[in-house]
Amino acid sequence: MTPVGLKAPPRHAPKRLATEADLRALQRMMLRALVEPLTDDDDLAPRWHDGRPMAEVAAEFIKPNDRLSSVDRLQIYARCYWYRLIDCVYDDTPGLRAMLGEKKFSALVRAYLAKYPSRSFTLRNLSSRLAQFIREEPRWTKPDTALAHAIACFEWAQTVAFDGEARPVLTPDDLADAPPAKLRLALQPYLTLFALDWPVDDYVIAVKQRETLRSEASNVIERGPRAVSRKVVPRPRRKKTFIVVHRYNLKLYYKRIEAPAFKILTALAAGRTLADSVEAAGRNAKPEQVREWFATWMELGWFCKP
Amino acid sequence: MPANRFNAFTDYGIGLGLRVPHYAHILEKKPTCDWFEIISENFMVDGGRPLHVLDQILEQYRVVQHGVSMYFGSADKPDRTHLRKLKSLVKRTKTPWLSDHLCWGSVDGTYTHDLLPMPYTFAAAKRTAEKIRYVRDFLEVPICVENVSSYAEFHQSEMTEWEFLSEVVERADCGILLDVNNIYVSSKNHEFNPYDYLNGVPHDRVGQIHVAGHTKFEKYILDTHDHPVLDPVWKLYAHAIQKAGVTATLLEWDDKIPSFDEVHDEAMKANRFIAGAREAQSPKKRAVAKA
Repeated sequence: MTPVGLKAPPRHAPKRLATEADLRALQRMMLRALVEPLTDDDDLAPRWHDGRPMAEVAAEFIKPNDRLSSVDRLQIYARCYWYRLIDCVYDDTPGLRAMLGEKKFSALVRAYLAKYPSRSFTLRNLSSRLAQFIREEPRWTKPDTALAHAIACFEWAQTVAFDGEARPVLTPDDLADAPPAKLRLALQPYLTLFALDWPVDDYVIAVKQRETLRSEASNVIERGPRAVSRKVVPRPRRKKTFIVVHRYNLKLYYKRIEAPAFKILTALAAGRTLADSVEAAGRNAKPEQVREWFATWMELGWFCKP
Repeated sequence: MPANRFNAFTDYGIGLGLRVPHYAHILEKKPTCDWFEIISENFMVDGGRPLHVLDQILEQYRVVQHGVSMYFGSADKPDRTHLRKLKSLVKRTKTPWLSDHLCWGSVDGTYTHDLLPMPYTFAAAKRTAEKIRYVRDFLEVPICVENVSSYAEFHQSEMTEWEFLSEVVERADCGILLDVNNIYVSSKNHEFNPYDYLNGVPHDRVGQIHVAGHTKFEKYILDTHDHPVLDPVWKLYAHAIQKAGVTATLLEWDDKIPSFDEVHDEAMKANRFIAGAREAQSPKKRAVAKA
């Protein structure tokens, strides 16, 4: 499988680097070696993607010394690459790894990174396609693919809520004279709405509390990619749950909302007018209840101009 | 030579890397620190706590930006979105100079998030220097490029690492962030004399110095930034400031980070060598030496 975004490296490393194209060719070769998944023993893959021994390919561009062969030296970089990226996804997804358990999580992350190497200058975005990958390749998470997908989406929303853009907040005065049939409100870019089949928020909170206890109780020095904690938090039971992941006063929050409230916010996010959005909540939403919701949402600063 | 055009004629003393575990201590206790170095990428975000913390730090301290993803040595052109975000941060911090590494780490838009070694060739030096000039002109701030530690060398190289560094900075007309720990690590991994390296670079271009700890393995040394600075590295530091003059110095400690005070105390050890270098540079001493 060719990792997404990678261009084919040359068959052989250029012997001389006379041009920018030669430099690019050498860099494509080394990158292709680094993104090749490590073996079960965390060694560099024994074969180049075309079947030649990796040692033979490495010797084309890496100098050996009296202690390390070409492939040994390349392996130092390959391990650093994989450990760094695995650790990053590990930190981003405590709920997912707790739910899947060590072995499955590790296999999932390695498969994910093998298919989707980073396409961003910042590691902040490394887990952004994990939920998509879980849906595309359910074999890594079966029989819990739907739950794994829900948790991955929820955990990515936390990254967005942590440092996503905040637009100027609309105040009651901004809305005072606007007719509801024409008024459109946007939701803050850092906010994500969820209608989930599990109370993933409670689960992730429980996992994080467990991890905090574990780290405070342990002096173990971490080596290599970190060991994944054992499953100790019971997995969530099915229950329709509506959640908003957002931030307030720079802190991350998960706010449970009711189904009609979710419908209103979803309609607003889709660009519908205020009147249409309230209509979307259905008959069960009482006017005073809707007013109360809006008062809270305004106070939380969720609305901005479209 | 504490101030030169590559560090915007500043005289910044000894700084520390701004790291998350120290945020609360710094914001609450406001400890004395000449300046903080931030990792630019950690603050190239659209909102939230990182920028809020940075603004609080900027109210109290001088900040210099250090990047890890510009990849001056990559064959790719600089990414305009990346540059725009970086420029926005430069305006926010008013960093007097900006540093990043003399390395590559991305190809065709795929990122390794590592500092990969360059092939030391004239063509690569020319390409890298062009990119540094482009970035400097876009950001409108002096640039210092940092030598990286490395664990591999290329058959295709045509010169030593220090010759390559010199070739790049002369062509780009930019500064050097001289990382003496990286020189030490690479000298052990590639068996060269680190003093040849220090003596071989253009000293008048050194705008900043890094010191850090490393980890020895059986067959190589890894630049881990998780230990105090070791004696051979301090000796190299002493030699570096004898050659380049007393220059803005920063201690890097990025993993297994101890308390702020412990990191600060470690950084302050640089003062022992700075005092010696200042004495050596005093006119009286120089006159005696000449006589």
